[in-house]
Amino acid sequence: MSDTVAGLLQVGLLLLLLAACYRPLGAYLAWVFTSERHYRAEKAVYRVLGVDGDTQQSWQTYARAVLAFSAVSVLLLFGMQRAQAALPLSNGLPAVESALAFNTAASFVSNTNWQNYVPEVVMGHLVQMAGLAVQNFVSAAVGIAVAVALVRSFARSQTTLLGNFWVDLVRCCGRVLLPMAVLGTLALVAMGVVQNLSAGHHVISLVGQAQTVPGGPVASQEVIKELGTNGGGFYNANSAHPFENPSPTSNLFTNFLMLVLPVSLTRAFGLMVRDRRQGYALLAVMGTIWGLFLVGATFFETRGSGSVAAAAAGGAMEGKETRFGVWASTLWAISTTGTSTGAVNAAHDSLTPLSGGLALFHMMLGEVTPGGTGSGLYGMLVLAVLAVFVAGLMVGRTPEYLRKKITVREMKLVSLYILTTPALALVGTAIAMGLSTARSSILNPGPHGFSEVLYAFTSAANNNGSAFGGLTGNTPFFNVALGLGMLLGRFVPMILVLALAGSLAQQQPVPVTAGTLPTHRMLFVSMLVGVVLVVTGLTYFPSLTLGPLAEGL
Amino acid sequence: MVSQGWASARQLGAAVRAVVVFTALLGLLYPLAMTGAAQALFPNRADGSLVQADGRNIASSLIGQAYLRQVVTHGRPQVDADGQPILEPDPAWFQTRPSAVDYDGLGSSASQLGPNNPDLVATIAARRAAVAAFEGVPAAAVPADALTSSGSGLDPHISVAYAAIQVPRVARTRGVAADQVRKLVRAHTKGRTLGFLGEPRVNVVELNRALAGTE
Repeated sequence: MSDTVAGLLQVGLLLLLLAACYRPLGAYLAWVFTSERHYRAEKAVYRVLGVDGDTQQSWQTYARAVLAFSAVSVLLLFGMQRAQAALPLSNGLPAVESALAFNTAASFVSNTNWQNYVPEVVMGHLVQMAGLAVQNFVSAAVGIAVAVALVRSFARSQTTLLGNFWVDLVRCCGRVLLPMAVLGTLALVAMGVVQNLSAGHHVISLVGQAQTVPGGPVASQEVIKELGTNGGGFYNANSAHPFENPSPTSNLFTNFLMLVLPVSLTRAFGLMVRDRRQGYALLAVMGTIWGLFLVGATFFETRGSGSVAAAAAGGAMEGKETRFGVWASTLWAISTTGTSTGAVNAAHDSLTPLSGGLALFHMMLGEVTPGGTGSGLYGMLVLAVLAVFVAGLMVGRTPEYLRKKITVREMKLVSLYILTTPALALVGTAIAMGLSTARSSILNPGPHGFSEVLYAFTSAANNNGSAFGGLTGNTPFFNVALGLGMLLGRFVPMILVLALAGSLAQQQPVPVTAGTLPTHRMLFVSMLVGVVLVVTGLTYFPSLTLGPLAEGL
Repeated sequence: MVSQGWASARQLGAAVRAVVVFTALLGLLYPLAMTGAAQALFPNRADGSLVQADGRNIASSLIGQAYLRQVVTHGRPQVDADGQPILEPDPAWFQTRPSAVDYDGLGSSASQLGPNNPDLVATIAARRAAVAAFEGVPAAAVPADALTSSGSGLDPHISVAYAAIQVPRVARTRGVAADQVRKLVRAHTKGRTLGFLGEPRVNVVELNRALAGTE
C-alpha cells in the first residue's frame, strides 16, 4: 500500500469514528444540559457546595461563578506547586519556583496547558494528578458551560436566566467527562500507556548502561488531556513520548479524543436550538477549514517543501517518531492546533516552514475548527453573528441569527471578542521582540526565531498550549507575559460571550420571513468560511510574512 | 452594591468548596481507582512494559536505548577531559536513532532545531557520513530516520531500511550468518496497524534482546 493511500485511509478512519459518535454523543450532551432531574450524587455535591441546583443565574451571576471558580483554582494550583516539597508522592522534587508556578497555574486553569517546565524533573505525581489533571477536567467543563449558556440564550426568549453554572459544571464533569475518561484510561493502558505511582524503574541495558524508565499515573491524565482539549503532557515530549502514545493505534485514538467533544457539541447545539441543520452548518464550516489546513500541511510536509534539513536527510523526520511518520504527525498537528489542545506528537519547531506556518495560522483563526471543548462552539457562534452582520450590511437589512436581532449592543460585544485575542498575541510578540532579554530565549536563527516568539504568544492568547519548543520559556519575562496572555485570552472572551448571551436571551424572537437569511444553507456556510479566514487573515498576515512565509517562500 | 457584593461572596464560597470536592474526586479517587484497575487488568503494561534478560530488567520495550561502547585505543579505554568515558556505537548491536537527550529516561525531548537551521543541516551531513562509514554502505543508502533525532528522544523504533543496512555489520561482528540476523529482524518488524495506521518499523530494544539470546 502506498504512503498516500495509507495516510488517506488513516484520515478516513478518524472521520468515520467521529461520524459514528456525532449523533449519539450530541444527543447525550443536549440531554445532560437540558434535563430537569438531578442525580442523588449530584444533589449531595450541591449541598456541599451550598448551592441550589434549581436556581437559575443571570449572565452576571454566571460570570461571577466562572471567575470565582477559576480564581480559586489558580490559587490552589499555585499553592500546591509551591508546597510540593512537603507533599507525598512527589518523588523528592523541590517546590516549583514562583514565576514558573504562576505560569503553570494560569496555563492549566485557562485550558491552555502551555508548559515552561520539564515535567520529569519538576512536577511530582501528586501535583500532576491532584492539581494539573483536575484542571484538565474542570477547565474543559467551564468552557462547555459557557458555550451551553450562550446556546440557551438563542433557545430562550424574554428571560435574564441562562442556567446554573454549578449545575452545568458538575454535570459536565460527572455525566460526560468522567465516564468517558474511565473507559479511555483502560483502553490506553491496554495499548501500553503506563499507570502506576512509581518514581521510575532503574534498568541496566544489554551494554551495561543505566537508564530510568519513568513512571506515573499517566493514562488517567492522558485521556482527559485529549478529551478536554487541554494538551499538557505528563512528560516533556508530550504525545511523542512512547509512554503517553505508544503505538499508531493509541495515536489515532487520542487524536479522535481531542476532536470528539468539540465536533459533537455542534449536534448538541442544533438539538438545543431545535434546528439540527444549524449544527450541521457550523460543523460544515469547521470541517471545511480543518480539511483545507490538513491538505496544505500534508502537501508541504510530505514533500519537505522549503526545508534544507528535510532535503539533506531525505525526508522531514526531524522531531518525528518512527511509528507515526510524516502523515500521522501532520494529521495530529492540524488537529491539535484546530482544537486548542496543544498536545504534540512531533516537534512543531522542526516542521517544514509552511506546515509549521499552517499550524500557527490554524491557532490564529481563534480555535474554532472545531475548537476547544465549548470554546470552539462559542467562538464559532460569535463568528456566525459577525457573518450575518456582514451579510446584513451587504443587503441593507437588520441582521438576525437564529431569530435573534443583532443590534448595536451585540455587535459591540462581538467586535471586542474578535479583537481581544489578536491584540494579546500581537502586542505580546511586539513587546518580546523589543526586549533583548526576551530575544535571547530564541533558539533558531533567522525568520524561524521570530516564528518561535509569534507562535508562543499566539498559542497562549488562543489557549492552545503547543509550542515551537526551541524557545526557552522558563524566564521571568515569558512566565509572566505568557501567563497573563493565557488568563486574559481565556476570561475576557468568556465574559464577553456571557454578556452577549445575557443580551440575546432577553430578546423576543423575530418571525422568520421571506427576507430572512437562511443560516443552514451552503451560501451561509461559504460566507462563514470566508469570514473566519478573512478576518483572521487580515489581522495576522503581516506577522506571518515576517515568520513562516519569509522562511518558506 | 451590597447585594452584588453578597452575590460575589456566595459564589466565592461555592467556588472554594467546589475546588476541594473536585480535587478529592477527580484528583485522588479517580486516578487511584484507575491505577488499581490498570494494575489488576494489565500489570505489565501499566508498569511500563519492562523486558528482562538473565532475570533482571534491561529495558522497557517502548523506550529506546543507546547501544554504545567505550573507545579503546592501543588497549587503553579513552576518557574525555572530565574523566568521562568516550563512547562510540557498539558494532555488535543494532543502533537506534540519534537522540536529543541521549536516551535519558528522565529527560524526553526533541532537538527543536528548525527546518532550515544550518547547525541541523551540518549535523545531518556529518551523521550521513558517519553512518555510511560505520555500516559500509554508500551515503545515499542511509535513510532519513538514521539522520534525524526523534520527537521524544526515546524512540525505540527504526525504519525497515535502517535495520536492513545494519544487518551485515551486526552479523560480521558477531560471526553469525547474515541470514540468521535478517530472520530476527523480520520477526521484530511490524507493518502498519490494520495495514494503514502509522509506519512500518523495527523495535530495536526487542531485536537486540533477541540477538543477545543467539549467543
